[in-house]
Amino acid sequence: MKNIKIEVKDLSLYYGEKKALKEISLEIPRNKVTALIGPSGCGKSTFLRCINRMNDLIPDVKITGQMLVEGIDIYDKNVDVVNIRKKIGMVFQKSNPFPKSIYENIAYGPKINGIKAKNELDEIVETSLRQAAIWDEVKDRLGDSAMGLSGGQQQRLCIARTLAVSPDIILMDEPASALDPISTSKIEELVHELKEQYTIIIVTHNMQQAARTSDYTAFFYLGELIEIGKTNAIFTKPEQKQTEDYITGRFG
Amino acid sequence: METTINETENQFFSNKKKGVDIKGKFVVGITQVAVLLIIAILFIILGIIVYEGREKFSWEFITSFPTDGMTKGGIFPALIGTFILVVVMSIAAVPFGTITAIYLTEYAKENSKIAAAVRFSVRTLAVVPSIIFGLFGLGFFIQFMGTGMDKAFNGGELHWGQPNILWASLTMSLLTLPVIIVSVEEALKTIPRELREASLALGATKWQTIKNVVFPGSISGIMTGTILAVSRGAGEVAPILFTGAAYYLATLPKSLSDQFMNLGYHIYIMSTQSSDVEKTMPIQFATTLVLLILTLSLNLVAVIIRSRIRRKAK
Repeated sequence: MKNIKIEVKDLSLYYGEKKALKEISLEIPRNKVTALIGPSGCGKSTFLRCINRMNDLIPDVKITGQMLVEGIDIYDKNVDVVNIRKKIGMVFQKSNPFPKSIYENIAYGPKINGIKAKNELDEIVETSLRQAAIWDEVKDRLGDSAMGLSGGQQQRLCIARTLAVSPDIILMDEPASALDPISTSKIEELVHELKEQYTIIIVTHNMQQAARTSDYTAFFYLGELIEIGKTNAIFTKPEQKQTEDYITGRFG
Repeated sequence: METTINETENQFFSNKKKGVDIKGKFVVGITQVAVLLIIAILFIILGIIVYEGREKFSWEFITSFPTDGMTKGGIFPALIGTFILVVVMSIAAVPFGTITAIYLTEYAKENSKIAAAVRFSVRTLAVVPSIIFGLFGLGFFIQFMGTGMDKAFNGGELHWGQPNILWASLTMSLLTLPVIIVSVEEALKTIPRELREASLALGATKWQTIKNVVFPGSISGIMTGTILAVSRGAGEVAPILFTGAAYYLATLPKSLSDQFMNLGYHIYIMSTQSSDVEKTMPIQFATTLVLLILTLSLNLVAVIIRSRIRRKAK
């Protein structure tokens, strides 16, 4: 139990009448990288967005079952969604920096959390940018607009922005799908370093990326969790025929 | 070789369409005539106004009071009155309109009945004839609010219960409200969902997200709406006919309970109520020219800002 960070029990999600996730039950270990793979529309991103309750924003979504983070059901009525999202950060598929300066992008989260002291903010900004391995590239132009950065830099900035609110869990929704190979490998290295401190869940379309970066892999298909296990095992000896078909490229 | 290719091509094209497409040419012709006509009308109107108004139009005309029973002198009080009118109107309408737009785009649920009712009201408000606003202002602001205030605070002595610049401005703000609401709504919608999600995912509340991300991104839209509203308000006469505009005042308004002179109204009275309409013709044209320059330049600024927003949204 100690090493389980997230426990999902019979989680189903409906878009109106359509059942997009079907009785998902799984456990996500602490300080590991768990990859969610599967063909487009299989529900992996939808599942990811359940973990920080991002699906709350979509009208007509109904969720049943339990999502236990550290043993607490985040869909419980007494749980404040804002606190959930502070503890569970998210990096999106398309890098989405605010049209503000690099500094303001990172300071945004701490500021809304009530941190006002300039020196404190400076420190958070530097630490976060260093953690996201982008400090050296931007330290001389923190006041410049974040929109002037390259795609890969923007994505690392978004990761730094997420780290700045010191979450426990980081959700990544195909964070490198829009990036060139060099930027992609930088993000992957980063994921590797970050798992020392954070529990990371990463959705990816790229099988090699899942194999390279993750410790555990979960395979989703048509809204169902087909299989979850150690990445090694999933990629070498999958138990389910569908998993094998998918990772060997027979469909998807 | 080449000739054969050309021949086949010719055949191909000539098979597709034989003879002249008369219907098509006719439709194109009609649209061209319509466009030319509109441009011509616009230029004729502008041309006449500029030509007739050019002599009287001067710095002195803009900065001096009317004299000799309004047959000579300038339009300074009308200009200042118009300015005060649009400022007070904006102070009332911009925050109100912006808040309404924020409710409609950010808070109202997609199939909310209240939002549908508000949208319907806004649309209806936009097509109500402006004279109706004038009558409403007279009935609601002056006779109901004003008289009520006099009864409550002045022991029935007449102070607020008559036309003044405040009631005229508020009446005008009702007229321009739809313009502001629609502009701000449009601007709010250009803020991408990704940015809202980025903010929410960092643990920001909805209001923090609106305040820090959505609102700063919509400032230019709010400005566009304001400018369009101001230009509309500067040009309308009907809403202020009974609610505050004066025929002639020897002094500028000193408080909100004073009446005021107004450019549009000035043109109206000069051309219909003046003792000698012929004699004041140059003044009428010059006043019209001032009003046109004012509203056209305001609209131009709004168009520029709006096109910048559109480019940013892409």
